[in-house]
Amino acid sequence: MTSIKISSEPLDILSCIDWAMSPQAGGIDVFIGTVRDHTKGKTVVRLDFEAYESMAVKEMEKIAAELLTKWPVHKVLIHHRTGTLAVGEVPVIIVVSAAHRAAAFDACRYAIDTLKQTVPIWKKEVFEDGEEWVTPNP
Amino acid sequence: MWPEQTFCSNIWVYICINMKVLAFGIVKELFGAASVEVDAAANITALKEVLCQRYPQLQKLSSFMIAINGTYAGPDSVIQDGDEIAIIPPVSGG
Repeated sequence: MTSIKISSEPLDILSCIDWAMSPQAGGIDVFIGTVRDHTKGKTVVRLDFEAYESMAVKEMEKIAAELLTKWPVHKVLIHHRTGTLAVGEVPVIIVVSAAHRAAAFDACRYAIDTLKQTVPIWKKEVFEDGEEWVTPNP
Repeated sequence: MWPEQTFCSNIWVYICINMKVLAFGIVKELFGAASVEVDAAANITALKEVLCQRYPQLQKLSSFMIAINGTYAGPDSVIQDGDEIAIIPPVSGG
């Protein structure tokens, strides 16, 4: 079972975890991305996220489907924010439930690593004295 | 001169279509618009060449991909009339 969402509204961490609960699950692994107040020595005021929504949803669905075939996991939730996020807010939540913890940990890590490489979402860092689209390291 | 030609009956026909190309993130900012229209041959290599010629500011990017109907296109992917085309600069979600 999967839950994929792109939202301009704040993500509700507890309801995401609640969704992943199941009697077959022996554990739930959760990754919560949060907005950091600094990058490369500069103070970050906020992040602006933009998505190519229809494609981003498709790519997130692909990741979730891949998790279900590669690992013995029960439920996969991937939710991502768009819009302006202040320091401490949550741009992304990934929740994976599985019978045993190893699969949940591995699948969850694979999901966030892959999301950062393939899902068409972009963030702009806004500093006290300027702004810059984030370019991932090649 | 168009970069691609296709053999059709006994003459060479140049296939070139007008397409709207969606822009996101830094590309939207470089273009100053959420989309641009270009005439290009209906394959990815030709489209990328035309885009780089018309919009030299794209050279500021380390690379970019093209998506057709919400799926990453390969160098040999073919564009059909009416397809949704988008420029995908390096992603930075999460």
